[in-house]
Amino acid sequence: MATDAIASLYETLQRDEATLLQNWVDTQVNASTYRPDRTSRQELIEHSRRFLTLMRDAVRSGEQDIMSPAWAGVRQMLDDFSVARAHQGFSPSETAMFIFSLKQPLFDRLQGALGGVEALNRLWPMNLLLDRLGLYTTEVFQRGREHVIIRQQQELMELSTPVVTLWDGVLALPLIGTLDSVRTQGVMENLLQRIVESGSSIAIIDITGVPTVDTVTAQHLLKTIAAARLMGADCIVSGIRPQIAQTIVHLGVELGTVITKATLADAFAIALKRLGLAVQKPNAPRRRDEESRDARSAGERGEG
Amino acid sequence: MERIPILKMGEYLLVTIQVDMHDRLAMSLQDDLTSRIVSAHAKGVLIDISALEMVDSFIGRMFGDIAAMSRVLDAETVVVGMRPAVAITLVELGLSLPGVRTALNIERGMDLLRGLLDARGRDDAGSA
Repeated sequence: MATDAIASLYETLQRDEATLLQNWVDTQVNASTYRPDRTSRQELIEHSRRFLTLMRDAVRSGEQDIMSPAWAGVRQMLDDFSVARAHQGFSPSETAMFIFSLKQPLFDRLQGALGGVEALNRLWPMNLLLDRLGLYTTEVFQRGREHVIIRQQQELMELSTPVVTLWDGVLALPLIGTLDSVRTQGVMENLLQRIVESGSSIAIIDITGVPTVDTVTAQHLLKTIAAARLMGADCIVSGIRPQIAQTIVHLGVELGTVITKATLADAFAIALKRLGLAVQKPNAPRRRDEESRDARSAGERGEG
Repeated sequence: MERIPILKMGEYLLVTIQVDMHDRLAMSLQDDLTSRIVSAHAKGVLIDISALEMVDSFIGRMFGDIAAMSRVLDAETVVVGMRPAVAITLVELGLSLPGVRTALNIERGMDLLRGLLDARGRDDAGSA
């Protein structure tokens, strides 16, 4: 029976290809899942024609298993098609509808040719075949999506842990995004490695880009600071927003002896002072004494 | 039995750990160092662990103990050259060694020791 169905499928594809293609494209365009903004009718016709041709070749072999070598051409075409659609931002059902919308025109045609019970008998295996092809499309679509997600994760990972040198002996670590255990581990290793390489004695951890600080995040931060201190480098935490300061106190997180500053600029000023450096205007030598006095008194206030 | 050499440089003692530490070696280092601080009237101890690749909680605690003992004997201790992996391990073990002073390398450690002793000298002079 299944063989009969495949044979009549081949026959239909062979005989009525032009009309079938016409009806199929119409069905796709009239379906609620049609996205004229993402794909043109011309493109749709192109894809549909290629699919029908490849499917006819596959069906001619009499093979019903879509994972068999005879169906390699169809699978390849669906792979490319689904991945392309995943990248274009189609939904899984919109992608699978490409196959499922073939059912109606195909079954209509069969019904017309055979009529009644005979057609019904042959419809079932064909239905199964098209379902499998549709599911295959969804599967590939999902894989395409996952691929995109994994790549983005890796890119985020690489983007998210840069260690920059602000000055000879001063490193900065601008943290952006949520700090989880995996990321913190990467951040920690990266920072410590750079401390050794550059011989920096001060590292500024800027958390302006960290949306929320909970106890776990704070714990991770403290661990990083403790490890840096063990190696002989001091850490300054900067970029603490008012809400974060409130959260830290409400959560009862004990920051201990960690130096915290509201902005990266404040932290950098402290770092320069520790290194015995000062920033001044080149053509204002008279201001120099005043500034260093200001810095000193500001420092005393800050330390006290 | 192998021992870790303790070198005297002026009023400082220099300890360079070049081998993997085991517990008995750590204990003997503690003994040797405390007696050397007393006999040499040392004011500062510099422990270089840049060659140390592995630590456990016992060795980690030993650094804290040595620093505390030295302080009792009126000498400052600075641990220098800790590797990133060792630092991470100690923190994960919960040993952040709050009482131990650290520096990136011998040079910085020596500067730190001198600074500490100078500050102390000034304090003594001020209170006297």
